[in-house]
Amino acid sequence: SEKLLKLAASVPRESLVAPGTCFGKFTKSQKFRLSVTALDFLAPYAKHKVWVKPGSEQSFLYGNHVLKSGLGRITESTAQYQGVVVYSMADVPLGFGVAAKSTQECRKVDPLAIVVFHQADVGEYVRNEDTLT
Amino acid sequence: MGRKLDPTRKEKRGPGRKARKQRGAEVELARFLPPGKAAKRRLGAGSGPAGRRPLGGGRGGGGGEREPAGQTAHGRSGFSDGNSKWLAPAKAKKTQPKGNHVELSSDGEVEEGSWEMEEEEDGSSEEMVDDYGASSSEEEELLPIEKAALKQKPDREGLSEDDSEEEDEEEEEAEEASKQKMGQKEEEGPDLQLNLDIDEQFKLPTSEEIEKEDILFISEPPDLHVIHQRIQGNMEVLQDFGVKREEGRSRQEYLALLRRDMAAYYSYSDFLLTKLMDIFPLPELIKFLEANEVPRPVTIRTNTLKTRRRDLAQALINRGVNLDPLGKWSKTGLVIYDSTVPIGATPEYLAGHYMLQGASSLLPVMALAPQENERILDMCCAPGGKTSYIAQLMKNTGMILANDSSAERLRSVVGNLHRLGVTNAVVSNCDGRQFPKVLGGFDRVLLDAPCSGTGVISKDPAVKTNKDEQDILRCAHLQKELILSAIDSVNAASETGGYIVYCTCSVMVEENEWVVDYALKKRNVRLVATGLDFGKEGFTRFKDRRFHPSLKSTRRFYPHTHNMDGFFIAKFKKFSNAIPQAQKAAPSTVPDTIISEPLPKKKKLEGSKADEEQKPPQPALKKKHSLQARKRPFKS
Repeated sequence: SEKLLKLAASVPRESLVAPGTCFGKFTKSQKFRLSVTALDFLAPYAKHKVWVKPGSEQSFLYGNHVLKSGLGRITESTAQYQGVVVYSMADVPLGFGVAAKSTQECRKVDPLAIVVFHQADVGEYVRNEDTLT
Repeated sequence: MGRKLDPTRKEKRGPGRKARKQRGAEVELARFLPPGKAAKRRLGAGSGPAGRRPLGGGRGGGGGEREPAGQTAHGRSGFSDGNSKWLAPAKAKKTQPKGNHVELSSDGEVEEGSWEMEEEEDGSSEEMVDDYGASSSEEEELLPIEKAALKQKPDREGLSEDDSEEEDEEEEEAEEASKQKMGQKEEEGPDLQLNLDIDEQFKLPTSEEIEKEDILFISEPPDLHVIHQRIQGNMEVLQDFGVKREEGRSRQEYLALLRRDMAAYYSYSDFLLTKLMDIFPLPELIKFLEANEVPRPVTIRTNTLKTRRRDLAQALINRGVNLDPLGKWSKTGLVIYDSTVPIGATPEYLAGHYMLQGASSLLPVMALAPQENERILDMCCAPGGKTSYIAQLMKNTGMILANDSSAERLRSVVGNLHRLGVTNAVVSNCDGRQFPKVLGGFDRVLLDAPCSGTGVISKDPAVKTNKDEQDILRCAHLQKELILSAIDSVNAASETGGYIVYCTCSVMVEENEWVVDYALKKRNVRLVATGLDFGKEGFTRFKDRRFHPSLKSTRRFYPHTHNMDGFFIAKFKKFSNAIPQAQKAAPSTVPDTIISEPLPKKKKLEGSKADEEQKPPQPALKKKHSLQARKRPFKS
């Protein structure tokens, strides 16, 4: 929040590590890459969600994509390549992804096909602690 | 249709008090029928050890048809196995006292008293398998509801114990008997231990013998068992010194030997052991040393920003974790006994629902009691457990400045804060001593000072040997500087705050009471109650030092008394923003009578002088103070 920023301003620049929560980073080509730390803020607003079965929760948390066999539920009318938030069956947000197939196609496709591309997951807190910013 | 009274038919009886009260027609009837007939009926009823029997069919012969066993040899009784020799019906009298047994079989079987007696007498018919495949062993009777009844029947217990002593194969018997026996065994335990009667006088080895041991030590490792025995013998002598001492040997010699032995047995340096012997009385010292050999239980703290303790406990139990709430004093702590999955890698952990944290680390934050919309400074925050607890108590309002002087450890702070969903924290990497200069005017400050770590030896056994006098004094010096900065960073005039909490994970008096006493002398602060109702009070005097009496409100925690890491907590309240000038004559505090000015100006003033104040040499400090005092009247 702004108040926080003003207070953070009084800390000398070399010493300031993190004012508030980091959402993502800007890349060299001016693109904004969202990181998993933004999950809490975005999850409630997600319009397209994917629920993952308990068995493939761990696999997603290791950074793998979600296969059709691990897919629990998916919101209707998800277009292909739509950004989604991945949840576990207990409604715990696990991370971000991109839908590899639209909802209709998901129904038809075979169990080993990828349905959600992995982009960011909560397991990164443990895996990439140092690069989290 | 009316209910026909059919004594051959067993009724299903449910568990509960009401069922017990009305014992059923069969039992009532048994009192009136002649014994033979009653027995026959019961035999007939019981030989098919199922619950309900099919209705209809007469008695006697009809029973035989129903019987899977086969034809009836006796026309009357209706069963045919060859058990009739040993399976004698009990007298009707016996049903009276054992009538209670009917209540105990709560799975619907009316195991009448007679059967009980017969089983127990034989000992070999324990494993009666009924039609449903379940065995009607004594285990079934021991449902939780019945256990209360069990306690009231000592005679039955005795009987069934005898039984299980006879049979050792049956696992069920053993389990259930052991449950009964445990109560008894616990009473026997202490008796057995008391048998260890040490009659022999403990002989203090002479100095020559000690030297011989030293030589032996080089060639071969010391015999730990012998040393342990010697320690125990020595302790006994020392506790009753007047009586048990040897003539001509001083207490010092005993103590010296004890120190050597303990150093060898527990692998401590002599210096550290001497220090510990000053702090703890001897029996407690042994307990402390033993407690340091064993790790403390793993504890976690629920992140109330994201979940509730109940829900988290449920989720973790579903994953296969064995846990319990921490205690009455904490609403968010859980202690983990064992688990099938790694606690630091469950999806709940990754989603930020809990944080792995020692139980003792919850205490300083509870003492600090941060309120919403305050400005809080955490001076040595890594790895961020206490900071995140502060944030959750404040419900993400206000602002926390999380500072640590080590940049690598700050990365874990950032990670943890993000993971736990803390949004009101600013993380900085300054030296704590710079503080009021960088930013001041906080409502509360938490200082978890870097220390020698003598309270967490169970986590880091290297502390046993690598700490010496220099290390402790260096730590103490740093802590004194830090606590002065912390005090200066607080705004005494804040409406809700003005508190500083100082804590260390050490048990040394130099790092704890001494530093607190120093702060009391140097600044306008006073000690207040920490709000923690358990824990040992801090020392008000130690060896040749005398501390301020308010030190009784500080708290010490030990691994052997509270089963958490050794800790020390002190809570100050600042009552004036002025910095007292020390008089040249005596180092007593003379608070300035200057009323505190509007804060930003004041803070800047103090801030600019703060770094000068922090310089160690005392005479120089006094001069600066008086310089300051002279300057202030002009500026105001």
